[in-house]
Amino acid sequence: MDFATVIQILDSAVRLMTPLLLACLAGLYSERSGVFDIGLEGKMLMAAFTAASVAYVTGSAWLGLLAGIAGSMALSLIHGLASITFCGNQLISGVAINFLASGLTVLLGIKIFGLGGRTPALSGGGRFGEITLPFADALRDVPVLGPIYSELISGHSILVYVAFLAVPLTWWVLFRTRFGLRLRAVGENPASVDTAGVSVTRLRFAAIAIAGILCGLAGAYLATGLSAGFVKEMTAGRGFIALAALIFAKWRPWNALFATFLFGLLEAIANRYPNLDLGIVTVPSMFMNALPYILTVIILAGFVGRAIPPRAGGEPYVKER
Amino acid sequence: MDKMPKWADVVLTPVISLVLAMAISALVILAIGESPTLALKTMVDGALGSSYGWGFTLYYTTNFIFTGLAVAVAYHASLFNIGGEGQAMMGGLGVALVCLMIDWPHWGIALPAAMVGAALFGAAWALIPAWLQARRGSHIVITTIMFNFIAAALLNYVLVNILRPVGSMDPASARFPEGTHLPALTDMAAALGIEWGKHTPVNITFFIALSACLLVWLLIWRSRLGYEIRALGRSEPGALYAGISPVRITVLAMLISGGLAGLMAINNVMGESERLVLNAVEGAGFIGIAVALMGRNHPLGVLLAALLFGFLYQGGGELALWTSIPRELIIVIQALVILFTGALDNMVRMPLERIFLSLRKRRVI
Repeated sequence: MDFATVIQILDSAVRLMTPLLLACLAGLYSERSGVFDIGLEGKMLMAAFTAASVAYVTGSAWLGLLAGIAGSMALSLIHGLASITFCGNQLISGVAINFLASGLTVLLGIKIFGLGGRTPALSGGGRFGEITLPFADALRDVPVLGPIYSELISGHSILVYVAFLAVPLTWWVLFRTRFGLRLRAVGENPASVDTAGVSVTRLRFAAIAIAGILCGLAGAYLATGLSAGFVKEMTAGRGFIALAALIFAKWRPWNALFATFLFGLLEAIANRYPNLDLGIVTVPSMFMNALPYILTVIILAGFVGRAIPPRAGGEPYVKER
Repeated sequence: MDKMPKWADVVLTPVISLVLAMAISALVILAIGESPTLALKTMVDGALGSSYGWGFTLYYTTNFIFTGLAVAVAYHASLFNIGGEGQAMMGGLGVALVCLMIDWPHWGIALPAAMVGAALFGAAWALIPAWLQARRGSHIVITTIMFNFIAAALLNYVLVNILRPVGSMDPASARFPEGTHLPALTDMAAALGIEWGKHTPVNITFFIALSACLLVWLLIWRSRLGYEIRALGRSEPGALYAGISPVRITVLAMLISGGLAGLMAINNVMGESERLVLNAVEGAGFIGIAVALMGRNHPLGVLLAALLFGFLYQGGGELALWTSIPRELIIVIQALVILFTGALDNMVRMPLERIFLSLRKRRVI
């Protein structure tokens, strides 16, 4: 394996980790505020569909992005209504949202475009193009650093950079602002936040709204950045891998970056080498695909560093009367 | 004092939730420019209008009874088992191994052995999440989701690399030997001289599913283990105080749950396809969640809800065949049923409770 191949695999890992990272951060906001979110998958899928449809009709990837956020946000609101307002079971609500997205996207897709659930292929302005960073071409020939800059760092769509910027931003919001402090407090001990006169409901709704935006970005990137259009079930379990990455990252933003990079890398390697020959054993691609889930179970088991979720996660908050 | 009479809690809330889910589904059908009444008529005709329709409806019902019971048993221990899909997949592997390893002389011997294989594999797949929940405190919902994906990868590997017959391209096992062929209901009816449900897949497993309902009822409400499961589900400190080991009960409840999900494979793998294919479960594990929620985790409720979903499934297939409504409509209905009966339960319950309270006040005065 030479240097160029390594760069190619890393480049592909960066592309593949982007939706995971955005969805993972979405889950981070939601779960830090005490609302479990296993509907990441559904929200991403819905966003991918609305983004691709609007991008196709209007020819603008940016309008598509807005539609993606709106689609994901609609499901977020349902989740909020069920799990915050009506104190319902957050896990069941998440399951319902996943099915709702899975059914509605295909139903509407078949009805609107008549292509068996796909949207027509996007081209030109309907997709987010690759951005060439300044001097990328000029620096191409510099040894080692040149390819890293021009191939790996430059040449991604804008949403990739947004996703990477979202990591320090999330860290700053969560750990350096008053909103972040309250958000984390409401996930650990909502009663104390309530006592301090801050609305638990409003904070949790704010958190799931942010999650809706981030899932919208993730879905829009899938449909209008990574590929050219929506395909039935195109999220293919990425929402659950993001969930796994969230646990892997122990609900911390910087760790989320590394966890999603690891999972993106695994997917990139599995795509490139369907049967990875390590000399002694041949690793089948199925194993590589299952590895994020296996790693998460190991982390959850607490054998390698314990993952402790926010304490009030999953419990609806009922105000004392 | 209860706010609502028991019948209202058991019957009224699920029925109202179902009506709400159906009303929204009707709106969805209207929104895509189709007629809801025509859709309903097509579904009723296709699923219940002939013995052919019934044959498929009952086949799907059988699947959903097993996965619904699986979710229900775990739920009584306040464990949310989303892993029915993976457990049913592994159950299929168990059935395939039993059926392919030995040249069975008669289905009467093959069936019990295959049931053991299915239940063992399903239970084994639930064992690790159960143990991790009980001992290490890992959340069972997350681990069972992860195990669904791991099961899919494992099954894919086994089918492609081990069970696939030489020269075959599709990832599926060889056809099971003749001796494992389960009698279909249509054959049994023919033996009695009745022509019923020709070319339908419903088979003897349907009766096994019915008896599973009875057994689960006996287990949960008439056995010591069932009492311990319910006690743990109500309150873990309470159960501990009563000398019930949470670890033991958690693991046992999940083993039973996984075993029930695994048993579904008797129906779809041994009874219908007669070989193991990649996507044999077809989401039935997830429908089990809707079935259990709708049926209020009671075996009788599960049976009725499974029948409803069997009808929806077969009716949905007919919709796709005769109208231009895609069969994905069923997934939307399923999602709405889960949403209303599971997550938005309080939305229905709160106003109902208010109504009953005001009725009671009036009576007192």
